[in-house]
Amino acid sequence: MKKLNSIISLKEVKKSFENGTLAVNGMSIEVSKGEFISFLGPSGCGKSTVLKMISGLLRPSSGQINIEGIRPDDKNFAQEIGFVFQDATLMPWATVEDNVFLPLRLKGISRKNASEEIEMILNKVGLKEFHKSYPRELSGGMKMRVSIARALIMRPKLLLMDEPFAALDEMTRFKLNNDVLSFWENSDLTVIFVTHSVFESVYLSSRVIVMAPRPGRVVADISLNDNYPRSDEYRTTSAYAKNCRMVSNHLKETIETNQGN
Amino acid sequence: MSSENQTSIEGKSERWEKRLRWIMPLMAISLALLIWELLVRYYEIPHYLIPAPSKISQTLWVDGPSLLNSMLFTIKLTVFSLLLAIVGGVLLGMIFALSRTIEMSLFPFAVVLQVTPIIAIAPLILIYVQSTFAALLICAWIVAFFPILSNTAIGLRSADHNLRDLFTLYKATPWQKLRYLMFPTALPYFMAALKIAGGLSLIGAVVAEFVAGTAGQNTGLASRILESSFRFEIPRMFAALFLVSILGIMIFLITSLLSHLVLGHWHESEIKREK
Repeated sequence: MKKLNSIISLKEVKKSFENGTLAVNGMSIEVSKGEFISFLGPSGCGKSTVLKMISGLLRPSSGQINIEGIRPDDKNFAQEIGFVFQDATLMPWATVEDNVFLPLRLKGISRKNASEEIEMILNKVGLKEFHKSYPRELSGGMKMRVSIARALIMRPKLLLMDEPFAALDEMTRFKLNNDVLSFWENSDLTVIFVTHSVFESVYLSSRVIVMAPRPGRVVADISLNDNYPRSDEYRTTSAYAKNCRMVSNHLKETIETNQGN
Repeated sequence: MSSENQTSIEGKSERWEKRLRWIMPLMAISLALLIWELLVRYYEIPHYLIPAPSKISQTLWVDGPSLLNSMLFTIKLTVFSLLLAIVGGVLLGMIFALSRTIEMSLFPFAVVLQVTPIIAIAPLILIYVQSTFAALLICAWIVAFFPILSNTAIGLRSADHNLRDLFTLYKATPWQKLRYLMFPTALPYFMAALKIAGGLSLIGAVVAEFVAGTAGQNTGLASRILESSFRFEIPRMFAALFLVSILGIMIFLITSLLSHLVLGHWHESEIKREK
C-alpha cells in the first residue's frame, strides 16, 4: 500500500444550482496522496458535481475545497489535474495523436518536443499504431484509451474519472479497469473514480465513499484493505465477494432509506 | 464464392456507380435538349420566341468574346461580394459568439438587411454610392452576408460542453479556445453557409445589375440579358442565361469540393459509409 498524506480536503461543501436544486449538502472528506477512491451512488446523488468542484470547474455554494492547500478555482492554482469524462470527449477533427497532444499544446509545448512523450503514452495505452487515426475510426474502448492517454500525458498528480467505462461492454471495461490500476500502481497518482457499479468500485478502490441522493451526501466511508496488485483472479476471491456484499448493503440501505423519505 | 471474387465484383460495381453519377445527369440533359430542338423544329417556332439549342450555341459562338467579358465582370462581382461576406460574416459571427450583449444589439440590423428584398434597397444604394461597381458590390454582399454570419455564430457556440470544460481545466487562453475548439466546431456550419452564400452572391450580383440597369462595356451578364430583351435578341438572352447557370453550377461545385476537402476526413456530412 502506498504512503498516504492528505492531498484533497472537502469541508462542509454545499452546492445548489440556480434552479434551486441542492445537489450536494455538507460533504466533508479527506483524500490522501496515492489513494484510489471511488464515489459510489445512484444517479443524481451529486457524484459528478463533487468531481467537477474538485477540478475547479464548478464552485461550491458554501464550504471549502482545497488541493494541497489551494482552492482549485483559484487563479494561482497550478496543480495538473487529469479529467476523464463519461464520453471519450475527443475532438472529431483531430487524429489520435493530436487529441493526446492537446494538453501539451495548450501549455505552449511544441509538437517536436512533445513527440517522444506522445509516443510513450500511446504505447502505454496500446494505440501506437493508431496514432494517425481519427476518433470515428476507433471502437468505444479505444476512444476511452485515447481519453485516458490525454489525461495522463501531463503526468498529473490527481486523476478524476467520471463514470468513464459506463457505456462500454463488460470485457472492455475489465480490460480498462486493469489498465487504470496499472497506471495508478506504477505512479504517485491519486485517483477519484465516479461509478454506480459496486463491483467496479470494489475491484479498483482502496476506499469507497457511498453517497445518498437528494441532496448528495456521504453515507458511508469504507476502507478496503485488500492488497494490490489486483488482477482478474481477485474478482473470484471470497474477500472480493465479501467486500462487494458489504458495499452493496450500504448502497441498498441508502436507496431504501431515501425511497422512504 | 471466394472473398477475392467478391471484392472484385464490389470494386466493379463501385466504379460503375461512380461513372453513373456523371453519365445519368449528362444523358438526361442531352435528352431534354434533343426534345427541345425537335419540338422547336417540328412546330417551326420562330427563334425570337423560343430559340432552339442549336441557335443558342451558335449565338454563344458568335457573341462569345463579348459575353465572356460580361461573364468575367459578373465573376468579379460575385467573388468580391462573397469574399466580403465571408470576412464580414465571420468577424461579426465571432463577435456575436463572444458577446451576447453585442449580438442582442446588432442582430436586429442583420435581420433587417436579410428580410428586406434587395430589389427594394438597391435603388437607394445606387443613389448614395457614386461608383456603380461599389454599389453593385454592396447589393450582392447584403444578400450573401447573412447565412455566413448566422451559421458562424451558431457554429462557434456549438462546441461540446465537456470539451469546453477540458479547455478550461487546461487553462486555455481565449485565443486557444477559439483556434483549437470553436473554429473547428464551426467549420461544418460555415461550409454549409458558404454553399448557400456562393449561390446568393451570384443572385445578388445579377439582381443588383438588373436594378441598376447598367449599360456599356464594363457590365455583367445581367446587363447583356437586359440589353438583349430590349433588342428582342432572344437567342442572346438564352446564351447569357446559359452562362449565368454555368457560373452558378461552377460556384456550387467549387464550394462542394472545398467542403469535401475541409470536412471529408472527419465530418459525418462528408464521410462515405461503407456498404
